Amino acid sequence: MLSFIARRLAVAIPTLLILVVLSFVLMYAAPGGPFNSERPLPPAVLANIEAKYGLDQPFWKQIANYVVGVVTQFDFGPSFQYKDRSVNDIIAQGFPVTLTYGAWSFVVAAVVGISLGAAAAIKQNSWLDYMAVGFTIGAQVLPNFVMAPILVLIFTLWLGWLPGGGWNGGQWENLILPVIALSTSYMASIARITRSSMLEVLNTNFIRTAQAKGLSPSRVIFRHALKPAMLPVLSYLGPTFVFMITGSVVIDIFFSTGGIGRFFVDSAFNRDYSVIMGITILVGSMTILFNLLVDVLYAWIDPKIRY
Amino acid sequence: MLPHAKDVESVGEAMQLAEVQGRSLWADARTRFFRNKAAVFGLILLVCVAIFAIFGGFFTQYERDVVDFSLMGANAYKGVPSFETGHYFGTDASGRDLYARIVQGTAISIMVGVVGATVAVIVGTLYGATAGYFGGRVDGIMMRTVDVLMSIPFMFVLILMLVIFGRSMFMLFLGIGLISWLDMARIARGQTLTIKNKEFVEVAHAIGVHPLKIILRHIVPNLLGIVAVYATLLVPQLIIFESFISFLGLGVQEPNTSLGALLSEGASNMFNGTIWQLQFPLIAFVFTIFAFFFVGDGLRDALDPKDR
Repeated sequence: MLSFIARRLAVAIPTLLILVVLSFVLMYAAPGGPFNSERPLPPAVLANIEAKYGLDQPFWKQIANYVVGVVTQFDFGPSFQYKDRSVNDIIAQGFPVTLTYGAWSFVVAAVVGISLGAAAAIKQNSWLDYMAVGFTIGAQVLPNFVMAPILVLIFTLWLGWLPGGGWNGGQWENLILPVIALSTSYMASIARITRSSMLEVLNTNFIRTAQAKGLSPSRVIFRHALKPAMLPVLSYLGPTFVFMITGSVVIDIFFSTGGIGRFFVDSAFNRDYSVIMGITILVGSMTILFNLLVDVLYAWIDPKIRY
Repeated sequence: MLPHAKDVESVGEAMQLAEVQGRSLWADARTRFFRNKAAVFGLILLVCVAIFAIFGGFFTQYERDVVDFSLMGANAYKGVPSFETGHYFGTDASGRDLYARIVQGTAISIMVGVVGATVAVIVGTLYGATAGYFGGRVDGIMMRTVDVLMSIPFMFVLILMLVIFGRSMFMLFLGIGLISWLDMARIARGQTLTIKNKEFVEVAHAIGVHPLKIILRHIVPNLLGIVAVYATLLVPQLIIFESFISFLGLGVQEPNTSLGALLSEGASNMFNGTIWQLQFPLIAFVFTIFAFFFVGDGLRDALDPKDR
């Protein structure tokens, strides 16, 4: 097991380095520096500013400094647009918000999706099953940027039950709509995967044996069927978590929740490269970490996997 | 005992008859596809959406990028959808005809999806088939590369690229092309691994056919079924992806538009009482995505032997 994790890490760490180098090269290749404003600065001032941000050094030295800063101190450098803030300050401000509603959406999508899918498979061809299948088909066309306006239209504009935006320190009224908007389409995918893998497992011989020896239906499902049926779901959960973080871009714009997505898009329009890079690398490392976690869990649950 | 000439004839006739009734894999798949109601519904819907996107522009007197200044700022009560004014779907906040804009938005969204899927089919199939056919170390390196690329959050990298190299259709296509082939490569490789052990590939190898020719002539044609299925299912995913980018204002730029950009506009004007600005793009979006999903699911049921 340890060697399996070590081998996975041996792939994960170079991946992360590639991501850091790739985004740095992209930034370096960008036409025009971050300080090319409409009114050209005097050359002496420009040289001073560039020296402050280390932009006057040769390419290899810049990239080495950046990589060393990121790897050893998690230091993403200063923001190019907000003079008095570093990228770390911006991430420290926005990331807890993103993580709060992202984690909630993840939990809601996983718990509701798995229960719905499993229930639909157990009661195949019942009204519950048809409802679940209908939901999974319908929700395919409801990605977060479609869900968000529809929810606000219904619950804010027509019914007036919930606020259409704002964060308010994470009050539940402000949390509900973002969480539903973010989780719906993934909930549907999780339900669909759970249903089909559960159906497959319920038709296997070992389940028939368990039933034949007189175990109660709930024991058959919870002790025997659920664990193998979870495997395909598990491998979908890794990417889902990443989509939650990516979706924060839409949620932050639409609901003004103030997470990292807002800063990401703002910096995209302001050409604030260091912030974009910092957030890209942060999300990238979380992606890689999460995929690693899912792989390890997978190997732990599935006895067929040799490591 | 010699067989009678008459018997031989009848056997010949029977064989001819059998030949006529013989069904190829594709004919079989076609029958299965057309027996599937959801798939046929999806196909009809898809044809309707395509006709709308291609010929929809002929049914209106308005241009998509002409601003009607008499409606600007007053579209909440003057730009209401109606057949009398000819603005079937109403107008947007700048007084442009929404019907004409949705026609163009649908066309661009479908184009992005189809071009992305085509890139995926060409690059992904060749890449996957090559990796699978050669196997061993080549396979290891090639697929490890795909693994590494897959664990990069491409949404963010694409936005980074759009910011750095400027927002343009070309960058959008390039970015979507860069990501779309990864899944296809995995699928093609998996399929190739089973095909390459079949006798006809062995024979081709034994008589000294060049590996490249084996891949192109013998392996790729046998991949086409599964590739077609996943390409059809990839199109709606790419449309959603593009809409996501355009929703943020980073994708297709004015005066051009796509469904994502129209949805974003509709959503931001929601509180001004112009609900049709959200409603009609939403309907177009839902129909387009549904059509592709249903056709793709139908194709999968018809062609993919695994799920039968």
